[in-house]
Amino acid sequence: MSENKDFQAGLTWIGKSWAQVDGLAKAKGETVYADDMFLPRMLFAKMLRSPHPHARIKSIDLTQALKRPGVVAAMTGKDLPIPFGILPVSQDEESLCVDKVRMIGDPVAAVAAIDEETAESALEDIVVEYELLPSVLTIEDGLKSLEETEISKTQIHEYADSGNIHKQVALEFGDIETGFAEADHIREELYYYEGNTHLPIEQHSAVAQHGADGRITLWSSTQTPHYVHRALAKVLEMPASQIRVIATPVGGGFGGKTDPFQHEMVVCKLAMMTGRPVKLTLTREEVFYTHRGRHPVLMWVKAGMKSDGSITALHFRNFLDGGAYGSYGVASTYYTGALQTVTYPIANYKFEAMRVFTNKAPCGPKRGHGTPQPRFALEVLLDKFAEDLELDPAELRLRHLIPDNSKTVNHLTVTTNGLGECIRKVTEASRFQQQRTGSSLGKGFGLGCGSYLSGAGLPVYWNKMPHSGVQIKIDRGGGVTVFCGSTDIGQGSNSVLAGIVAEELGIDIGNIIVVTADTDLTPVDLGSYSSRVTLMTGNAAIDAARPLREKILSAASEVLKIPAEKLMLRNSSVLSKNGSGEPVSFVDAVQWAETKYGMLGSVGSYTPPSHGGKYKGAGVGPSPNYSYSACVAEVTCDPESGIYRVDKLWMAHDIGQAINEKLVIGQVEGSAYMGLSEAMMEEQIYRTGKDNPGGLHKTPSMLDYKSLTALDMPEIETFLVETHDPEGPYGAKEAGQGPLLPIMPAIANAIYNAVGVRVDEVPITPEKIYQGLKELKSGKPGGSGVIGRVGPKKFPKITFPEAIKVKSVDS
Amino acid sequence: MKQLLTLKINGETHEVWTSTHKTLLEVLREDLYLTGTKHGCELGECGACSVLIDGEPVLACLILPVEVQGQEIQTIEGLAKNGVPHPLQTAFAEQGASQCGYCSPAMLMTAKALLEINSNPDSNTIREALSGTLCRCTGYSKIIEAVEQAAGELAVMRQNS
Repeated sequence: MSENKDFQAGLTWIGKSWAQVDGLAKAKGETVYADDMFLPRMLFAKMLRSPHPHARIKSIDLTQALKRPGVVAAMTGKDLPIPFGILPVSQDEESLCVDKVRMIGDPVAAVAAIDEETAESALEDIVVEYELLPSVLTIEDGLKSLEETEISKTQIHEYADSGNIHKQVALEFGDIETGFAEADHIREELYYYEGNTHLPIEQHSAVAQHGADGRITLWSSTQTPHYVHRALAKVLEMPASQIRVIATPVGGGFGGKTDPFQHEMVVCKLAMMTGRPVKLTLTREEVFYTHRGRHPVLMWVKAGMKSDGSITALHFRNFLDGGAYGSYGVASTYYTGALQTVTYPIANYKFEAMRVFTNKAPCGPKRGHGTPQPRFALEVLLDKFAEDLELDPAELRLRHLIPDNSKTVNHLTVTTNGLGECIRKVTEASRFQQQRTGSSLGKGFGLGCGSYLSGAGLPVYWNKMPHSGVQIKIDRGGGVTVFCGSTDIGQGSNSVLAGIVAEELGIDIGNIIVVTADTDLTPVDLGSYSSRVTLMTGNAAIDAARPLREKILSAASEVLKIPAEKLMLRNSSVLSKNGSGEPVSFVDAVQWAETKYGMLGSVGSYTPPSHGGKYKGAGVGPSPNYSYSACVAEVTCDPESGIYRVDKLWMAHDIGQAINEKLVIGQVEGSAYMGLSEAMMEEQIYRTGKDNPGGLHKTPSMLDYKSLTALDMPEIETFLVETHDPEGPYGAKEAGQGPLLPIMPAIANAIYNAVGVRVDEVPITPEKIYQGLKELKSGKPGGSGVIGRVGPKKFPKITFPEAIKVKSVDS
Repeated sequence: MKQLLTLKINGETHEVWTSTHKTLLEVLREDLYLTGTKHGCELGECGACSVLIDGEPVLACLILPVEVQGQEIQTIEGLAKNGVPHPLQTAFAEQGASQCGYCSPAMLMTAKALLEINSNPDSNTIREALSGTLCRCTGYSKIIEAVEQAAGELAVMRQNS
C-alpha cells in the first residue's frame, strides 16, 4: 500500500513486486547451504569445549585422540595462536583457547576425522587439565572493583577499560542540568531488557579446502565474507590474496553470523594440516553458546518535559552485560545511546554506558543492534509522560518530530523523517484514539515508534575506501553479469542488485546473473549488517550501470542517427523517447556498443557521506539516512492471570522508496515477528549459582528457548510510507531492522492500557503481569515502590567517568 | 554395525549400505546427498527436516530408516515433476515465502501433506498444520498466503483436468 505512485511512473522494476531471483531455487531445495557441501575426501571436524565458565588451561593432551582409528588430525590453540576479533579494538578471541577459557563452551581443541561421529568420539579422548577461576556472571559482579577480590583471578580480559568494565562511555550534548531546570515534568525510571539470541534455523557451518596452489578457500555461512577474509589473513599469517572466502547462502543471520568465528579459523588450519577439505557444522547447542545476540541492558533514564510535550533533557545510563568477548560490543555500547535522538528533538542529552565482561556467551549485534533496549525504555516513558500531560500518546509524538534536513543534538543528520505519516497510518487504521480510551478491561491498544540507520557511516576498520563496489559485465548475447561482495542472507540483496541493474539497463531481471559474496570474484562490499546493503550496493550498482547505459545509447545513436538523449533503454530494447521508429533489441544495441567501445564492463562504488560530528564516539550513529517505523498493537489480557494474546499489529514503515514492495513488506513482517517473539518470550539466560555450573545456558535447545510459531503470530497490517530520501537509491531506506523497534514498547503500552500493569522490562511475560495485577488488587506496592509496576528495582551505584561535553548543534 | 537398507524415495528405489543407528535425515543427506532436506537441531524441535512417509509429515531426524523400508518417502527433491515446479513451489517463490529459504523444504512438504487431505484449508488450519516448523525470517504470513495461493491453483487444475 505504498504512496506517491506518481514518482514510480516510468520505472519498470523499482517499487513493484517481483519474485526473488533465488526464490524458486530455495523452494525447490536446490540452494546449496554450507552444510550441504560434500567434497571428495572431505573430513569432518569437531571442537572440544570447556565445561567451566572461567579456568586456566594447564595442559591439553591430544595423544589418545590421534590414536583413534579414523582421526586424521587434531589441534590446540597453540597451532593457531594469533588472536582476532571483529573490531580492531577488541582482538580478544583465539581460534582455540590458549591459556584460559572464559565461558562454558569456549573451544580448546579440535579434531578432524573421516566422519563426524569419529571426530565427536575422539573429543572424549582429549585430556584437558584446568585450574578453576572464580567466575563473574552478572553485571553487578562485573562492576565490582578488582581490589575487592583478587585481580588476577576474576579479570576476564586484561585489556578492559578497568577491571571487568570492557568499555565505558560518557557524553553530554548541551547542558543536561539546564534542560532539567526548564522542564515542567521530570521522570526518573529503571528499565531492563533481557538478552536473547538470533536462533537462525541454519546452524553455522564452514568448509575449507587447501588447494595444490597453496591457496585456502573457505565456504562459510557468514554475513560478512570481507571481514572473515581479513581475519583469516591475520590468523593464518597468509597474504589475503592467497585466501578466498565464499559466503554460502545464509540460512538465517539476523546479526548472528557477522563476526569472524573460531570454527572458520579451525577448518582452514585443519585443511592445511591434512591437505583435505574439512567441514565443521555447529550443533544447535553450540550455536546458543556462539551467540553474539542481544545484550542484556539495565537502564536508568531521567527525562524532563515541558507541558507542551517537548523534551528538554534526556539522561540515559546503561549497563550492558557483554559476555566473555568483545565482539561488536564497543559499537553496541555506543548504539545504546546514539539513536534516541533521531525521532523527537531532544534539547539536552547525556549518555553514559558501561559494557561489562562476564563469563557467559558473548553478546553482539542482533537485529536492531543496541537500539531496541533504549528504544523500549524511551517509548514506554513517552507513554507515561502522555498520561502525566493528559495527552494522547500519538498526539504527544506528532507534536514533536525531528524535521527533515536537520541535525540532532548529537550531530546526526536527518535528511527525511516519515514518522509522522507512519503514526497517522497506524493510529487511523487501528482507530487507536477511540479504542484506547473506549475498550473494556482486558482489551488494550499500545503505540510504539522507532528509527534505524540505513548503513553505518563508517566501516568496522576505519578507512576512506568505498563501502560497496559493483562490477558489471555485458555479454554479446545480452546477458548481464553483476558482481558484488554483498551477501544475501534472505533479506533479498541479490534481488535488489538485479532489480536495480535491470531498471538502469531496461532489461528483464531474468537476463541478469548475480555473482555475489566471493572475495576472489567480487568487489568488496562490507557485508550484510547495519542495514546497509540496499542503500550502499544499490547506489554502487547505479554508479556502475549508468556509464554502460550511456555507451549502449551512444552506439545506438550512431547507428540509428538519432541523438542519444532522445533514446532510452526499456523492455529489453532501445526505444526513441517519443515513440517513433522501430525498437532495436538490447542484444543488437549491445553488439553495436561492443563494436564501438570494445568489451563492455564497468565498475561503480559507494562511499557514504561524512555526516557525523567530530567528538570521540561520533563514529557510531551517522548514516546516509534513517528509516522510521510505528506500530499499534492490540492485545487481550486476562485481568486475573495476566495471560495475554496479541490480536493484531498495525505496522507503518518509512522505506524512503521500496525497491521491491513485496520484499519490503516481508522484511517489515519478519522484523515485527522477531520483535514480538522477544517482547513476549525470548530469553538467553544462564545459571548464576556460584558453584559450577554457573554460566551454563538454561535453555540451549529450540524446544526450551521459546519462539513464536505460525499459530502464535497475529495478523499484521502493513503500510509503507515513501519519503524519497535524497541519499538512497531511487530514494530508498532500510527495512530489515527498523520495523522491529516499535514492537516491544507497543506491547508494553498495550498491556498497560488493557489491565493497568506497567511491565518495565522485556520479555513481557504473564508471570510479570500477574505480579502487577496482584499489587493492583492488594493496593500494596511490590519491591519497585510503584503499585502495579514490574521491573528492575535497583541500579548499581558506580561513578561514571566525567562526560565529554559536546556542544549541541544549535548552541 | 552396518546394514543394507532398501528405501523408496521419490518413487525411486535406493539401496544403501550404512550404519544401523543413522537417522533417516543422515541417510538422506549424507549417504544419498539429498541435501534439500535440512536440519536445525536434530532433536525433533525445529521441524526443518520434515519429509513425507506415506503422505504423512514426519521429522526425519527422529526416524530410523529401517522403520520406513517399503514405505513411500517423499522429499523436496521429488516435489517438482519432470522439471515442472509444484504449484506450492511457484507460490512460495512468487509470494516471497522463502527469505533465507532454510525452512522452506519442510514447510512445503508439510503444506503438501495438508493440501492432500484438505484441498481448501482456511488460514487457521494452515497455521496449525505448519506450527511444528519454525521460521525466523517471515513472520509466517507470506508462507500462509503462499499455501492459500497454491490451494487455489490446485483447485483450478483439478477443474481443468
